[in-house]
Amino acid sequence: MDKNRRAFMGKVLAGTAGVATAFSLYAMKRTWDPLPSVISAGFTTVDLSPLKENELSIVKWRGKPVFLLKHGPDVTPNDKRDIVTTDGSRYTVVIGLCTHLGCIPEWKGSENKFKCACHGGEYNIYAENTFGPPPRPMDIPPFTIKGNSIVLGEEGPEYKKMMANS
Amino acid sequence: MAKFEKANSVGEWLDQRLNIKMLNRVLMTEYWIPKDINFLWAMGMVLAFTFSMLLISGIFLLMYYKPDVNMAFDSVNYTIMQEVAYGWLFRHIHGVGASVVFLIIYIHMFTGIYYGSYKRGREMIWLSGMLLFVLFSAEAFSGYMLPWGQMSYWAAYVITNIFGGIPFIGDELVVWIRGNFYVADSTLTRFFMLHVLLIPLAILGAIGLHFYSLRIPHVNNQKGEEIDFEEESGKYLAGRKKQSKVIPFWPVFIAKDVFVLSIFLVFFFYLVFYHYDFAMDPVNFDPANGLKTPPHIYPEWYFLWSYEVLRGFFFDIGPMKASDIGLAAFGFAQIIFALLPWLDRSPTVAPANQRPYFRCWFWTMMVVLVILTIFGKLPPTGTNAWVGFFSSITFILLFLILPVVTKAEAKKVASNKEGE
Ligand code: HEM
Ligand code: FES
Repeated sequence: MDKNRRAFMGKVLAGTAGVATAFSLYAMKRTWDPLPSVISAGFTTVDLSPLKENELSIVKWRGKPVFLLKHGPDVTPNDKRDIVTTDGSRYTVVIGLCTHLGCIPEWKGSENKFKCACHGGEYNIYAENTFGPPPRPMDIPPFTIKGNSIVLGEEGPEYKKMMANS
Repeated sequence: MAKFEKANSVGEWLDQRLNIKMLNRVLMTEYWIPKDINFLWAMGMVLAFTFSMLLISGIFLLMYYKPDVNMAFDSVNYTIMQEVAYGWLFRHIHGVGASVVFLIIYIHMFTGIYYGSYKRGREMIWLSGMLLFVLFSAEAFSGYMLPWGQMSYWAAYVITNIFGGIPFIGDELVVWIRGNFYVADSTLTRFFMLHVLLIPLAILGAIGLHFYSLRIPHVNNQKGEEIDFEEESGKYLAGRKKQSKVIPFWPVFIAKDVFVLSIFLVFFFYLVFYHYDFAMDPVNFDPANGLKTPPHIYPEWYFLWSYEVLRGFFFDIGPMKASDIGLAAFGFAQIIFALLPWLDRSPTVAPANQRPYFRCWFWTMMVVLVILTIFGKLPPTGTNAWVGFFSSITFILLFLILPVVTKAEAKKVASNKEGE
């Protein structure tokens, strides 16, 4: 009798402690999660309509520079790389870090090129590498199109299609 | 309540309450060490002492260090180095200590491998030692982040990125570890916590475990001889000290330990005062900049061999991506030393040079590790990449063939004995 009672109490204690441990571990895991402010800062909405053709603007997203460049009517469409908003305008939207060693390339509007000062890498208007050490085009950040704006950080259908084709 | 009599001295008073005489016997005057050992057996104590120097210098740095991305760099490079009296001394002790402790750990570890001190009852010593190695690595990595210079930042970036290669959860795991989508303030503060509290606590516990695991098997000796500690200590206590194969830890063995430690400290403080620069990478005197990668990222010297294994596989093989193979090889390198007691299938405990096959294995391994370390620092281009590739392959193969080699050796040794 006595023994059974002790075994029963032991099981109750182990069960309670087990549940408490599970909850504590969950709470500890959650304290390490990115804060809500950090997460919302990780999804940046950018209105593209005020951009001017052939003029580079840069926004900061997740600690990295993102290049936004509106194409003029003379630029040949490139469906692999262009981001097309609802009004039909085409843009280059890329993470503005050289794929060689991460310097920030510069936009030379007169030559229609991005040039990297660090080791002389060059990219065309679609941010595809055309010269020098960069091994691949600049990366396209995850995006989704909302009318004439894009949300950086969210993988929309256009982004997924682009990734599947590349 | 127990009965207490009036004590005649402080020692007696403490003994009544804490049994210190017994404690002293068990831990000190009747803790037995073989006579047949050399200076390499002092490395454990050198490590314990170096760890305490790291702890003490760290406490002084902690009083002025500020774990915040906007203040960290200046609190180290300006406040501690220029304003705080003797701040530079504590910083140099801490920096040099962190580097030298790995030198001694490697000597200590390879002494254990050379003399076969990881098997026949010493498996727990080995495993607790490997646990210490892992904890020291984590401690060094988290500490390196704190000055928030360019190398701090980019080492943190590269190392946390490694977790991104883990299947399925990789990407989320990286964000979880960093507390942000990139290496940011949240990353700095949490690694600060790990560096100054959690990991040091774990290290203290692991050192306790390591020492305790030595009690029953005792330390090995230069011949790998099995000693009857009961009998040999009996001889010593009976006054036949010359015939006995053992000496007490205190005061006999400790005297040798302190001698080796003293020589080490001369070398150590020579580095602290005149050659601290080797432990302070010049790149890290530029403040962290997440928008500008330094042209060439490399870890401190003690991580170079595993870093080289990580990047040794630089081309895709069939459907496997180069980065995934590298990651798998890196994971292998991290755990494989811990399995040594089970990969060595020979029962012989003897110095490597007296084991016909293991001798070749041991020295090849040393050469491979040196090559990996040297090439880990060089840019991975041209021939360098191929040297890295072949030495990484050799490193892995050496461990895969170890069970076969040692089994064959055991057979050979057994048949030699029959032949006698
Ligand atoms: C970093 C903290 C460490 C400290 C403070 C420490 C301390 C010690 C001490 C005091 C001894 C006894 C004296 C000696 O034989 O040197 C010892 C023995 C030993 N340690 Fe460690 N150790 C550490 C790390 C390691 C590591 C990383 C390994 C390798 C995995 C290791 C493996 C061993 C082995 C195998 C022995 C037994 C040696 C023998 O039997 O001859 N230790 N340690
Ligand atoms: S970083 Fe741009 S070319 Fe090297």
